[in-house]
Amino acid sequence: MPVWQALYEEVEDQDFMIVAVAEESRGAETAREFIAEASPSYVCLIDEHHLVADLFNMVNVPNSVWIDEHGKIVRPSETTGSHDAWRAMNREDMSMPDESAAIADKAQKTYMGAVKDWAINGAQSRHAFDETAAKAHLKLPSKETALAHANFRLGVYLRQLGNESEGDTFLKTATELHPDSWNMFRQAMNLRELGPMGLAADEDFFERVDNLGAGRYYPPPDIEGFPTALGFEPPK
Amino acid sequence: MTTILTESNAYKAESAKPVGDALWLSAEDCAAASGWTLKPEGLCKDDICLPIPKDQSSNFVSDGSVNLAAFWQLMDRPVLHDEQGSTWMLGAGHQDRSKSLESLQAPDFSLPDLDGEMHALSDFRGKRVFLTTWSSW
Repeated sequence: MPVWQALYEEVEDQDFMIVAVAEESRGAETAREFIAEASPSYVCLIDEHHLVADLFNMVNVPNSVWIDEHGKIVRPSETTGSHDAWRAMNREDMSMPDESAAIADKAQKTYMGAVKDWAINGAQSRHAFDETAAKAHLKLPSKETALAHANFRLGVYLRQLGNESEGDTFLKTATELHPDSWNMFRQAMNLRELGPMGLAADEDFFERVDNLGAGRYYPPPDIEGFPTALGFEPPK
Repeated sequence: MTTILTESNAYKAESAKPVGDALWLSAEDCAAASGWTLKPEGLCKDDICLPIPKDQSSNFVSDGSVNLAAFWQLMDRPVLHDEQGSTWMLGAGHQDRSKSLESLQAPDFSLPDLDGEMHALSDFRGKRVFLTTWSSW
């Protein structure tokens, strides 16, 4: 988040706004310390029921959508510069091999650079899609995905009422109906039990990640110069 | 008391009579919970009216009450409820979501900031908006 504040300050005089949405079913208090740390002057919102993920068909965080002055989507939801190179991480000490760290860093900087270019140049930016390209990059939800979001919302709500066991049943159904959604899977894990440092990254999570093989945890955004190599050796 | 959830609303409906998978409501509660109003031509919102299916009209409307769950299913939208029938979820349909995205017009939403103040995406019309998600987990 501090990177977004730095960008926002750099382009402050432009007609540009960052709206950062915390997909956070534990609620505002869980997000507060992270937001305080970044002391943002842009807008930070709390989304307990993952409505934004539902509306824009997002399956992971961080994800972003670029919306122009007229409310038109000029880049549909995509990975916000994160890269699968993180999967080379040593799971004991969380260290990263230099080569993978360099790829992840390049990915992040390339994406940030593209956002900044658009913040300044708007429709003239080569990173803003025209209508045809924007439509071609859309991913549309299936019937199961829509049903998964309904299950997710009801599950989170029942948990908020204190009905945890029934809530968890709906959350489980949601993750089964929408297996591509890391958001649902990890938020449900986080609601059941707060992991070390609040991270939903237990053995089940890593097993699921490993099962991706050469498939992507963070599908690379279609941005010139963005590293498309996997960035690590996938498990056999 | 029965609570009816939609994507961005939680409405407590005093008139609600859940019977199995049917959710009977007064026309007033139906409109307040869902935005759909009972009219002679059917259940209507904006310029759309869903006619009451003739061969099974009593499953949809009875004595001025509306089975909102049945209408919701008629629209191919998800309907869920807890075991007790005290909390219902009326979800958005995948066709509605897809149609909205295909228009490229960003779907509007309102969410609270840390102080509980609501902000709508459309509040920022006239600016380029970089909408980005993150999480603590």
